[in-house]
Amino acid sequence: MADYLLSTMIFFPLLGMFVLLVIPRDNDGLLKGFTLAVSLVTFAISLPLAFDNVFTTSGGMHYREFYEWINIGKFFQMNYNLGVDGISLWLVMLTTFIMPITVLSTWNAVEKNTKGFMAMLLLLETGMLGAFVSLDLFLFYIFWELMLIPMYFLIGIWGGKNRIYAAVKFFIYTAVGSLLMLVAIIFVYYYAVQSGAPMNGFGIEEFYKLDLPYNAQFWLFLAFGFSFAIKVPMFPLHTWLPDAHTEAPTAGSVILAAVLLKMGTYGYVRFAMPLFPEALPTFIPFLALLCVIGIIYGSLVAMMQEDVKKLVAYSSVAHLGFVMLGVFAMNLQGLAGGMIQMINHGISTGALFLIVGFIYERRHTRLITEFGGLATKMPIFATIFMIITFSSVGLPGTNGFVGEFLALMGAFESGLRWYAVFATTGVILAAVYMLWMYQRVMFGKVTNPANENLKDLSLREIVIMLPLLLFVFWIGVYPNTFFDKMNPAMEQALEQMGHKVAVVEMQKPAEGGAHGHGAAPATNHGHN
Amino acid sequence: MYSNLWLIPFFPLVGSIFNGLFGKKIKNEAVIGAIATGLMFCSFLVAAQNFFRLLGDTEKIHEVVIASWMSIGQLQVNWEFLLDPLSAVMIMVVTGVGTLIHLYSIGYMHGEEGYYRFFCYMNLFAFSMLMLVLGGNALVMFIGWEGVGLCSYLLIGYYYEKKSASDAAKKAFVVNRIGDFGFLCGLLTLFWTLGSKGVWTLNFVQIAEHGHVLEAGGLVVTVVTLCFFLGATGKSAQIPLYTWLPDAMEGPTPVSALIHAATMVTAGVYMIGRMNGLFAMAPATMMTIAIIGACTAFFAATIGFAQNDIKRVLAYSTVSQLGYMFLAMGVGAFSAGIFHLMTHAFFKACLFLGSGSVIHGLHHAYHHAHLHDDPQDMRNMGGIRKKQPITFITFFVSTLAICGVPLFSGFFSKDEILWWSFGSTRGHWVLWLMGAVAAGMTAFYMFRLVFMTFFGEQKTDPRAKDHIPESPLTITIPLMVLGFLAVVGGYVGVPKILGGINRFEHFLAPVFEHNQHHYEIHAHGAASTEYLMMAISVGIATFGIFMAWTMYVKNPELPAKFTARFAGLYKAVFNKWYIDELYDFVFVNPCKKIGTFLWRGIDVRIVDGVVNGLAWVVKGLGAGLRYTQSGYLYNYAMAMVVGVVVIVGFYIFN
Repeated sequence: MADYLLSTMIFFPLLGMFVLLVIPRDNDGLLKGFTLAVSLVTFAISLPLAFDNVFTTSGGMHYREFYEWINIGKFFQMNYNLGVDGISLWLVMLTTFIMPITVLSTWNAVEKNTKGFMAMLLLLETGMLGAFVSLDLFLFYIFWELMLIPMYFLIGIWGGKNRIYAAVKFFIYTAVGSLLMLVAIIFVYYYAVQSGAPMNGFGIEEFYKLDLPYNAQFWLFLAFGFSFAIKVPMFPLHTWLPDAHTEAPTAGSVILAAVLLKMGTYGYVRFAMPLFPEALPTFIPFLALLCVIGIIYGSLVAMMQEDVKKLVAYSSVAHLGFVMLGVFAMNLQGLAGGMIQMINHGISTGALFLIVGFIYERRHTRLITEFGGLATKMPIFATIFMIITFSSVGLPGTNGFVGEFLALMGAFESGLRWYAVFATTGVILAAVYMLWMYQRVMFGKVTNPANENLKDLSLREIVIMLPLLLFVFWIGVYPNTFFDKMNPAMEQALEQMGHKVAVVEMQKPAEGGAHGHGAAPATNHGHN
Repeated sequence: MYSNLWLIPFFPLVGSIFNGLFGKKIKNEAVIGAIATGLMFCSFLVAAQNFFRLLGDTEKIHEVVIASWMSIGQLQVNWEFLLDPLSAVMIMVVTGVGTLIHLYSIGYMHGEEGYYRFFCYMNLFAFSMLMLVLGGNALVMFIGWEGVGLCSYLLIGYYYEKKSASDAAKKAFVVNRIGDFGFLCGLLTLFWTLGSKGVWTLNFVQIAEHGHVLEAGGLVVTVVTLCFFLGATGKSAQIPLYTWLPDAMEGPTPVSALIHAATMVTAGVYMIGRMNGLFAMAPATMMTIAIIGACTAFFAATIGFAQNDIKRVLAYSTVSQLGYMFLAMGVGAFSAGIFHLMTHAFFKACLFLGSGSVIHGLHHAYHHAHLHDDPQDMRNMGGIRKKQPITFITFFVSTLAICGVPLFSGFFSKDEILWWSFGSTRGHWVLWLMGAVAAGMTAFYMFRLVFMTFFGEQKTDPRAKDHIPESPLTITIPLMVLGFLAVVGGYVGVPKILGGINRFEHFLAPVFEHNQHHYEIHAHGAASTEYLMMAISVGIATFGIFMAWTMYVKNPELPAKFTARFAGLYKAVFNKWYIDELYDFVFVNPCKKIGTFLWRGIDVRIVDGVVNGLAWVVKGLGAGLRYTQSGYLYNYAMAMVVGVVVIVGFYIFN
């Protein structure tokens, strides 16, 4: 089983999709139940990864699968080359974890063509999982494009009023980036062929060792970086996001926020940065500046939004700014912060979109002014919303803090110090826009008669939120569960990015835990 | 030996979770209140046990590691607690005063709809505050630091249906966040600069031990401590970030007593005490702290003159008293600052709870008479001492304490601060003068409050005036205990020149002695000077009391004349010097405008304009090129002719 775990995991949803096609299209319950079952089984298949301790000791690729696929001599060779390491591990887990939640969230939300909707969700899952575990650049590209199509349809068919505009915008933005990346991939391949370097199709591990000239690295990084920057999205390439989010159905928004955006950040960590390390010093100050602008800009724009969903979408721009700032710090703390913030954003922002979905299903509006005083009518909803709000604000003890703090810490330690100071103002602005929104939606008296008879969350809706809440606190209180498995892979990645990882031995936790004596020096404070 | 420290924050956490999850179903107020208060009391017992153990211990600094929190490369952060004399004093204050206020709340919150919610938040607050004071490294402290901010937000916004309450809650959190921005910057800079010298740590004991690797008086340590101080100004409501505290009075009165007087707002003072080694290395920061503290003490007192809401007067008084504590920290009188923190916790908690008792009584009376007068407006009070004798006596002794009347607790702590601000090497007579004048002003507005509330004829609506009861025992017992502490709490720190040995300072010596040493009073031994200063400050306070008596008892028509004469000044003071309006004008509104501009101007118009423009151009091109594939033969023939002409022409003319 372990030998084929990744393939099973990737293609189980696809298999599910084909089975789904023979289910009668008017049997809504069966369609949804079946899709839920498929996504749950996929999660179960992926679960052994999360418990495998091999990631704590070795930063390399595990669960490898390798088959030659297309081989036209030297001219073109690509392989079915899979593997997972500490960097992709938690993104894979996030994907399989968020899918059942997403499916469950569609129970009452999807009214037309359930069959098609569910098929798209499953196809999307295959694409996302495949992209995270591909070690062959061309295979990655195939999966990357594969994700694009179902998302386009999810927005374009099941979206809101302005869905066509949003879907086309999403598609074109991403496709432009993809094409640039494709050209870059092909260039790298032929450079490798010409230089006679050892190759393994489009295998990235071999490409890591390529000795590309600076000029080539410059342009290639630009192509990859541009493509991923659209996906992240980084300022000023972000304008597809608010439209896509507002028009997409709840499930689409959740997946878009939780997983698809991570493709961009993951792309930087896995491909753009380690493949072209010499270009990094040139680009990083510029990219970090875009991160900081993204954080402040995203927050300020989010503050003034009238539509809750748009507000959350713009807050994503700010959050992803923190992620990328951490990554660009190019040290362990920063990268760890960026990586964990990717997961956090998936959980918190995913949860926020679900929350918006809950009230949208009840009121069919998302305008802040339409609400007010909901806390009295929906106390359970108010509590959950509050917790997620503070997780998004980055309150210590919740997941958001760990990510933001580490990303900032990494930036402070690196040359991006001054960027980090400005980025830190983001923590103030986050409190402003989130709490203001919360106040206007939840607090006060019920003034709009339409809100008089709102029902609190149903059991299904609570069940959807509980796992997310669990991870809000788990990551907040004991993130080492995740860091332990990420650390070796991150060290390796940083080395590849040309950064020496200095591991300095320092204070050890006192043996055996709670023994007060001896841990502290008996003498007074400070001898300065 | 100190391994049960974790129980101290654990008990209230359990209470919070329990009441949060099941309180709504339980419904029974007695059970909910008993669980919350009982667990606080358990926490107090464990705190007391550890406190007395530490008292008898020769080793005074103990660290307890619970588990690891984050370990990434050089960053190794544990869940760890630190028990030393400083945190020992703090846990006693927090759990002790906390338990009393919980007890008080049982009676005070009786019949409230969100009873369980209130106790859930209060316990959560106690948990956060205890994490803050017990945290063994800056990050655990920061959990508590933001946690108390959260609870403050929740409790100020307790009556969330009221717009003013939810506004105040949001304001409190956001302003605190501005401070937290400073805290974070300080923390990160400290970690990285210490790390660059080979000490990767956030642990307080290690920071104290290795802090000297930073250059004393250098830029780094100054910036770091200034950043931390910015954090302190947010949490402890100092200039320029004090504006949230008066608004925070929207919360129920026990909240004001516990959070916005006795504990949370002192966190900034505690934090400076915790890192006194670093602050002592930064003279510029110390000077800033002293000046800000003195200015706040003075400035807030002026606003206290003209407020009519009983809780607002107390709120400005709190801001002012916190200013004293910062003044103390700034002149290096660390133990005096903590001393005042403790005595202030006693008398200010008592004052707030006393005001709550009065409000409770008036509320009851108005309810009885079906009136909707404001039970917090002092102009509706007067003569209440006869209706509520216990409340009056406890309130009165606490007022004497805050005014620094000799033999009461505030006298010892305030006087020590004033003496240091004059005599320490970092002191200055201007600082002393500001403090002394502020003390006189404190005496004035506090007695104004007492006279307006408890003395004179009763101005309550006649239909309600005879229905003001004394509060029930759950309310009066905490008042009596706190009133007692307000009287005797100062005797742990009787200074040498009054024949004491200042046990308090001795107890805190392991934390402060080394750094306080730098600031040792240069006028040491000049007992005559110290006596003189003491006499002057007592004189000023007496003068303040006398003025209040003249204006509000002897000639009650004087204040009206005065306000008529200085109408402009009065209006400015009454409107809190228009600082809120200024901040709105300078920060809030521009921020909103920029946000709107970035959205409508940049995002929608420019960025999307470019994107849509490109799409439009492509579409236009496509539409144009469409004609080249019309399918009509003559069009293609025409194109061929043109092509031939161009090519031939090119060769001919070239």
